[in-house]
Amino acid sequence: MDYFLTEEQKMIQELAEQIAREKIRPVRAELDQNDEFPWEILKVLAQSDLYGLYIPEAYGGMGGGILENCLAVEQLARACVGVATSFAASGLGAYPLLLFGSEDQKQRYLPDIASGKRLAAFALTEPGAGSDVSGVKTTAVRNGDHYLLNGTKQWITNGGEAEIYTVLALTDRAKGPRGASFFVVEKGDPGFAFGKKEKKLGIRASATRELLFQDCRIPADRLISREGMGFIIAMKTFDKSRPGIGALGVGLAQGAMELAIEYARTREQFGKPIINFQAVQHKLANMAIKTEAARALVYAIARYMDSEPPDVSKYAAMAKVFPADVAMEVTIEAVQVLGGYGYMQDYPVEKMMRDAKILQIYEGTNEIQRNIIGQELNKEYGRKKETFF
Amino acid sequence: MHIAVCIKQVPDAKNVRIDPETHTLVRQGVESIVNPFDLFAVEAALKLKDTVGARITVLTMGPPQADEALREALSRGVDEAVLLSDRAFAGSDTWATATTLAGAIRKLGEVDLVLCGKQAIDGDTAQVGPEVATLLDLPYATFVKKIELLDERHLKVMRQTDEGVELWKLPLPALVTVIKELGEPRLPSLRHKMRAKKTEIPVWGIADLGLEPTMVGLAGSFTQVVRVFSPPRRSDRILLQGTVEEQAEQLYRYLKEAKVPGL
Amino acid sequence: MKVLIDRKKCTLCGICVDVCPFAAIAVGETTIEVSDDCTLCGMCVDTCEFRALTLPEVGTGPAADLATYRGLWVFAEWREGVVHRVSHELLSTGRRLADKLGVSLAAVLLGYQLNEDAIRELIAHGADTVYVVDHPELAHFRDDAYAKVVVELVREKRPEILLAGATAIGRSFIPRVAASLGTGLTADCTELDVNEEGLLLQTRPAFGGNVMATIICPNQRPQMATVRPKVMKPLRRPDHQGETVPVTVPDACLASRIEVLEVVPEKDQTAKLTEADAIVSGGRGLQKPENFVLIEELAQLLRAAVGASRGAVEEGWIAPSHQVGQTGRTVSPALYMAVGIAGAIQHLVGMQSSNVIVAVNKDPMAPIFEVATYGVVADLFEFIPAFVRRIKQERGDSG
Repeated sequence: MDYFLTEEQKMIQELAEQIAREKIRPVRAELDQNDEFPWEILKVLAQSDLYGLYIPEAYGGMGGGILENCLAVEQLARACVGVATSFAASGLGAYPLLLFGSEDQKQRYLPDIASGKRLAAFALTEPGAGSDVSGVKTTAVRNGDHYLLNGTKQWITNGGEAEIYTVLALTDRAKGPRGASFFVVEKGDPGFAFGKKEKKLGIRASATRELLFQDCRIPADRLISREGMGFIIAMKTFDKSRPGIGALGVGLAQGAMELAIEYARTREQFGKPIINFQAVQHKLANMAIKTEAARALVYAIARYMDSEPPDVSKYAAMAKVFPADVAMEVTIEAVQVLGGYGYMQDYPVEKMMRDAKILQIYEGTNEIQRNIIGQELNKEYGRKKETFF
Repeated sequence: MHIAVCIKQVPDAKNVRIDPETHTLVRQGVESIVNPFDLFAVEAALKLKDTVGARITVLTMGPPQADEALREALSRGVDEAVLLSDRAFAGSDTWATATTLAGAIRKLGEVDLVLCGKQAIDGDTAQVGPEVATLLDLPYATFVKKIELLDERHLKVMRQTDEGVELWKLPLPALVTVIKELGEPRLPSLRHKMRAKKTEIPVWGIADLGLEPTMVGLAGSFTQVVRVFSPPRRSDRILLQGTVEEQAEQLYRYLKEAKVPGL
Repeated sequence: MKVLIDRKKCTLCGICVDVCPFAAIAVGETTIEVSDDCTLCGMCVDTCEFRALTLPEVGTGPAADLATYRGLWVFAEWREGVVHRVSHELLSTGRRLADKLGVSLAAVLLGYQLNEDAIRELIAHGADTVYVVDHPELAHFRDDAYAKVVVELVREKRPEILLAGATAIGRSFIPRVAASLGTGLTADCTELDVNEEGLLLQTRPAFGGNVMATIICPNQRPQMATVRPKVMKPLRRPDHQGETVPVTVPDACLASRIEVLEVVPEKDQTAKLTEADAIVSGGRGLQKPENFVLIEELAQLLRAAVGASRGAVEEGWIAPSHQVGQTGRTVSPALYMAVGIAGAIQHLVGMQSSNVIVAVNKDPMAPIFEVATYGVVADLFEFIPAFVRRIKQERGDSG
């Protein structure tokens, strides 16, 4: 369907699709089998100028918005969500700097992230702090001209591969949620180490590791914005990044659906291609409806967010929740359509089904997203002077 | 360093096929692509630009729509493009093509290196590169898979021969034709793609190149096609029937009769 | 410039419309028109049963002294101390053409420390004369020196036809010879003949090998063509007599701007596809890299080289030097066996001029069967072992 994209937006789609087709698709099974981080592909993405789509030109980016980023991520996800996640997660890591960093910090970090020279990563989750972010225990203690960080971050995407980490730590435990702050920690900072690489159900090409801070010493100018801004920075970052997760879902659903349709058209049973049977047609129809709805939702919300409205949390959550659920449903159905072949590792759909699950979990579980939406609806309708009815 | 790269827009040969019943050529919306070998030439130029810095101009001789091929090259980082297009160029054989390209390279002026792909997949002759070099009196090397700038005026190239490889040293200016072992062509980058879209590509005709009508196109060609026909089908085709053992037996006998080497 | 229509002969049947790759012909109830999209490719000319279509004359008229060019020459390629067999193949064909034209046949041999045997072999394949240019500067092939020597000789002796092998050497410097002489060159010919007017008819594949084109060079001399190795058959005439003519060329001809720094023979000689008399190739039908041993075993039994389709190479099952096809090597051995290869156009282009082609594939619709002399529709995992058994049985091998 034509979404009336601009010339430049179409170019982004074309380029990302070309990379997905020529560079990602041929190696995705191997990357998945070997838990291999896709450095070669990330280099190609860097050379293609796709890293800095959402970063302003002043910092070496392309000056686009969330929609531009979603367009690229969607195409990459059609081939492999593991690779697309590695790419998108760098954006997640960059947002705290982009939104709240000082001019000096922006100049120091954003150009390298925009050019793909250095990968970024976002570190919030801890063993005791998943959905409940107030469970964060990592501390950052000020000591003259530096901070000392102590604690552990868990399940950090791009952990170990990225060089720039935006990390949430408590600077004042007594203040509760208002006592957290964001810092930039770089690979190589003393006292900063990585745990083992996790073995996952899906997105195996993406590297997931623990971050270990043991008296990790960083200069005081690594603090982003002010002490106490931590959770606000995190929430604003998630608002910006959630449509990207939605785009991953849309791309994944699209890829799975395409495989299912191709298969149904060529697989013959009972004397004809199975696409001629209503049961199969209805499955494919549902996949198509859901995928298009997810896409339309993500694009609309991304466009809306690029107009910089004041309050977007409800929509950001929607942009993540729906496509993630769609991706799970569509990939499961795709395996079903391919039947026995769908179950075999020789065919890409079983991997797609495994990859889909994480979309409902990371970046805020779908349950938390629904909490957010519910709470926002409550607030919204509480403010209205009168309702329609 | 100024590098000129000659490219050609060709029909995608895999879509051009013979209808099995009528034995005539079937055109099914034959797509035009940049000759694959020429993409390696563009990559070779870009590699040199990365390492020693260079200005790259890409040229092609073709109909007006050949500018798509030029934009493809621009989208990968080539600096400038020129389209050589004129009705007078139609019907060119390799000699007339080489004459036209050489004329354009002369007009560009101060070209240190000319790069071409080994051959075009529609003509397959591999003649244009060497002929351009001869017309411009440039030393040249063919079937090159690695290029290194030794100093400002010398190039070291690695050529593929039937027996192995050879390393040659050539003075600049020179011409080199490249093969695919040179390296995977890079993908376009967004910035370059956008620039390519906006670039105005100059079109040079026969007058711009200072050539006479008798030197180009059909009039300037030495060779001419007198007949095009489908290759005669093998009339002696035999499909072997029976069990695998029977087929093996039959094949053995046939090959023995045909006195093929090895049996 | 467009194709010319003889409206008296044209019956408006419209077959040319279907054949034109550029949709340049339009036939109506009473009219036929050719648009500016015509590229003079010549596809329609041969299709027209009524000979109503012709291509306009090429060039600007014959060179003044065409008749003074007589004789047929073959460039004999000498490397690593031996004359390449393509030279013998060309001389054999050259002999046939020279006899038809009633002219003499000469070989041109460049090199250093050229031996008597090599020269005699050239005569034994039909050369009436062998021009020998023996000089240390010619010890190793360099484009400019070789080209200048040949150009000098041609200008002096004026042959009407010059043939050379389409080898790495031939394809490299022969275009320079043609350009220097200002004459036409046709590469990779698969057939050569002469017509009633004594013009050389040069036939070669076009459009990736899907069609054949016959080309002439009417107005320039010498008419030049290169031929791929193993396409023509060598014919030895041991009693044939000829003379050797040593030639000295001016030093200026031997000067070269090229410096050969190093020559490295390829370590992996196992491929050597272009030289092999027999090739057994494997494709995607083998399913796994381990299964290539089937191909290797059969190749060893037949003393054949191992080839591969692009699909097998892309999967990483075998090194690219074994690839046969448009972007790999072009081969024409006496025997080519395609095992588990579907036969995409790009592959066929690389092997369809082989003498005997055997295709083994379980899909009866595979395009490879279009070019196979012997087609075996069978599961290769059953057929190949059976065929291997049959061969071993004949040789009395055990197992």
